Amino acid sequence: MEAERKPILEMKGICIEFPGVKALDRVDFRLFPGEVHALMGQNGAGKSTLIKALTGVHKLDAGSILLEGRPIAPDSPLAAQKLGISTVYQEINLCPNLTVAENIYIGRQPMRFGSIHWKKLNADAEAALAKLNLRVDVTQPLATYSVAIQQMVAIARALDISAKVLILDEPTSSLDEEEVELLFQVLRRLREHGLAILFVTHFLDQTYQLADRITVLRNGERVGEFKAVDLPKLKLIERMVGKEVELAGGRRLAGSGAANGAGQALVEAAGLARKGAIAPFDLRVHKGEVLGLAGLLGSGRTETARLLFGADKADQGSVQIDGRKVSLNAPRSAIRHGIGFCPEDRKVDGLVGELTVRENIILALQARRGVLPNLSRARQEELADRYIRLLDIKTTGTEQAAGKLSGGNQQKVILARWLATDPRFLILDEPTRGIDVGAKAEIMELVLDLCKEGMAILFISSELEEVVRCSDRVAVLRDRTLIAELEGADVAEQNVLQTIARGQE
Amino acid sequence: MTDGTAHPLPELWRKASAAKIFWPLITLALLLAFNLLFTKGFFHIQIKDGHLYGSLIDILNRASPLMLIATGLTLVIATGGIDISVGAVVAISGAMAATLIGGTLVLKGGVQTYVTLVPMPVAIVAALVLAAVFGLWNGFLVSRVGMQPIVATLILIVAGRGVAQLITAGQIITIYYKPWFYVGNGFLLGLPFPLYLVALVLLLTVLITRKTALGLFIESIGINPKASRMAGINAKNLVLWVYTFCAFCAGVAGLIVCSNVKSADGNNAGLFFELDAILAVVLGGTAMTGGKFYLMGSIVGALIIQTLTTTIYARGVPPEITLVVKAIVVFLVMMFQSAKFRRTLFGKLGSQVAKP
Repeated sequence: MEAERKPILEMKGICIEFPGVKALDRVDFRLFPGEVHALMGQNGAGKSTLIKALTGVHKLDAGSILLEGRPIAPDSPLAAQKLGISTVYQEINLCPNLTVAENIYIGRQPMRFGSIHWKKLNADAEAALAKLNLRVDVTQPLATYSVAIQQMVAIARALDISAKVLILDEPTSSLDEEEVELLFQVLRRLREHGLAILFVTHFLDQTYQLADRITVLRNGERVGEFKAVDLPKLKLIERMVGKEVELAGGRRLAGSGAANGAGQALVEAAGLARKGAIAPFDLRVHKGEVLGLAGLLGSGRTETARLLFGADKADQGSVQIDGRKVSLNAPRSAIRHGIGFCPEDRKVDGLVGELTVRENIILALQARRGVLPNLSRARQEELADRYIRLLDIKTTGTEQAAGKLSGGNQQKVILARWLATDPRFLILDEPTRGIDVGAKAEIMELVLDLCKEGMAILFISSELEEVVRCSDRVAVLRDRTLIAELEGADVAEQNVLQTIARGQE
Repeated sequence: MTDGTAHPLPELWRKASAAKIFWPLITLALLLAFNLLFTKGFFHIQIKDGHLYGSLIDILNRASPLMLIATGLTLVIATGGIDISVGAVVAISGAMAATLIGGTLVLKGGVQTYVTLVPMPVAIVAALVLAAVFGLWNGFLVSRVGMQPIVATLILIVAGRGVAQLITAGQIITIYYKPWFYVGNGFLLGLPFPLYLVALVLLLTVLITRKTALGLFIESIGINPKASRMAGINAKNLVLWVYTFCAFCAGVAGLIVCSNVKSADGNNAGLFFELDAILAVVLGGTAMTGGKFYLMGSIVGALIIQTLTTTIYARGVPPEITLVVKAIVVFLVMMFQSAKFRRTLFGKLGSQVAKP
C-alpha cells in the first residue's frame, strides 16, 4: 500500500553550493500528504538549506522539485507560498503590535467601498483560528498572547494563504511543555485533514511524539529516510552523528584523575535553574579538572554555561566557589570570582569588532580593574604580543581591528582575553568551532596545559569526540535537563550517546 | 614601488585622509579660505584695551557653548545613545544661576551697587549641580529603566523648559550684577574667558577618557553592548555617568549663554542647541551608531558650524535662505566624509595618483 501512495512533494538530487562549501549534495526528499515528516541533523547538516531551497530562498545548483508531480522552481518565499508551500519560522514573522486578525490578513485585507471591511476581517480570522480549534479574541494585539498562540496565528495565516505543504522550522524552541502539547494537537488535526507537514526540531522526544517519517541529513548529504517506528532513538542519534555507537573513543588526552569527585569543589552549583532554559541541576567542578558538557544542539549546554557565568540570572538554586556561597547576577561578578567565558557566538557575545586586537585582549582584565588603575599602554602591548605569539594569532599587529581577522583568529583573541585575566575557572563554549584542524588541536592542548596548572574548565562542544577526548568527567544533557554524569572509564562516546538516547533514568 | 622616496606625497595623503579629523579640518580650512578670498577683513585681528578682537576671535567665542555641549554629547553618542535635552539643560542652568544671583537693580545714593542674593560661586555651583542632577535623571531612565535614549531625553526637553520657568517664576530675569558678565563676556590674557572654560572642560574630558580605561569602555559599549557586558564592563554605571557629564557640560554652556545675554529666558535660552551639537559631533567623525569617538573632531565640528553661520552673516546672505545654504554645506561635508562617496567621485583620479 505504501508504494501506491504518491508523495505530494518530491525533491530530487538537490545540490547547493556556497563559496567553498557544498551545503547540499544530491539530497532527495519526499513528503506525503497526511503525514508529519521530521527533518533531523546536527548543526550544519543542511536542514535549513534544504528548507530554503524548497521555499525559493536559495537557488538550486542541481536537482529538481516536484509538487503534485509537476516541476516547480519558486524564486522567493512568496512564490513558494503561492504554489502552496508555507513556512512558519522559529522567530515568528508577525507584527506583535497589530491585532490577531490583522496579522492573519495583513496584505490581503477584505475590502469594501475602498476601505477595510473590518467585520469580515475579524469574522474570517475567527473562522481561520477555529479550524485549529483555537478561540481567542482576534481584535486584541498579538503581543498580548503567549508565544504558542502567536505560533498558531502564524500557522493559521500560512494555512489561510495556501495549504498543501506546511513547513515548521523549530516551532517548539520557545514553548513550554503545555504549549508544545497544544501545538501538537493542532498539528495532528491538520495531519488528519491530509496536510503534509515538514517539521524541523532538535528535540528528540518531540520527534517521536509527532513524526511519522524521518529524514536524516549529515554534512549536506542524506543519510536516509526512515519510518519513525522503525528507527529507535539510538540509531537516529548514530545516523545524525555519523558514528557507530559501538565504536571506541579516541585517545584520551585528559584523565589525569585529578581529584575526581573527591575533595572540595572549586565551583559547585546546587539546584541551579532558569525557567525555559534549563531544569534544576547540580554540578561540581574541581581544580585542575576538565568537565565536559555533552548533548545535542538545544539540549541546554549553553544555557548551563550562561547561568554559571551570570550572563543569565538563575531563578533558583545557588553557586558556591571555594565553599563560599556567591551571587552571580552579572558576568561582572563572575569575573571577580575568577570565572571566564568564551561564548559560543563570538560575533554577538565576544568580539568588539572595531576595537583593536590589543584592546580586545585586555578588555576583560581592564574591566575587572575598573576605569582605574588602567593598564599602561606598554603593559597592554606586552600582553597582546604575548598572547598573539602564544596562540599564534594571525594579525598584522596589535593595532589591527579585531573584526578584520578571520573567524578562527577572532576566537583566539577571545580566548586570549580570558587567559589574560588568569581565571581559575574557564568556560569554553564551542571554542573550536570554525577553526581549522591544526589550530583546534593547538587550542585544546594549550587549554589542557593550563588545566595541569590548576585551572578548572567547563568544556562544551558539539563534537562529541572532542568532549570525550578532553574531559575528565562528562555531564550529559538532554532536552534542557542534566541527565547523567559520566566518570573515569565511563567517559566514552558510546556511553554518552546511549545516555542521551535512554534519557532520564 | 622600488624606490621608497618616489611618491611621498600620495603616501602622506593616504595616511592623513585616513585620520578621522582630516575631513573636518579640510572643511574648516575651505570655509576659512573662502572667507580669505571673499570676505574683507575676515582675518583681521586687532588689539583693543589688551583684548583681541576680530571675526576669528568672534567665531571662537560664539562657538564656546556649542563646543562645550558637543564635548559631553560626544561621549553620550559614543555609547550608542543620544541626549536631545542639552538645550533644555542650558536653560535650566541659566535660570538657576540668574535666580540665585538676583535680578534687581540696587541703587545706593543714586549709584548702582552690585549685590547678589547668594555669592556668585555658590550660584555657579548650584546651577552646575542642578544640571548634573538632570543628567543623572536622563542616565537613570536610560541605564536603569531601560528607556530608549531619544525618548528618555525627550521627556526632559519638554519638562526642562517648564522647570526653567518654574525657577524664574515664569519671568525673564535680567541680571544687573556686573561680575557675572565676566563669565560670558570677559577677557583673560587677551582671549575671551569662555574659551578657557572650553579648554578646561575639554582637557578634563580628554584626560579622563584617554588616560583611564573610560574611553575604551565607552567605545566598547557603543560597538557591542552584549560583548561588553560579557567582558565584565559595568555598562549601567558608565552610561549613567556619561549622561550626567553631558548635562554638566550643557550646564557650563548655560552659564556662558546666561552671562552673554545678561538674562535668563527659560523659553529661548539654548533653543535648538541639541541639533547643532549633534551635527558638530557627527561632523567631527563620531558615528551616531556609537563606538569610536573623536573629541577634537567634535570641537572642529562646532567650529565649522559657527564659521558657517558667521560667514553666511558676513556675506550678507538673505536671511530667508540662510538655513538652506547651511544645509547644503552640511550635506556636502557629510558626503565627503564617506569613503565610499569619495571613491565614487574620485575613484579614477585616486588610482591614477597612486600608480607609480
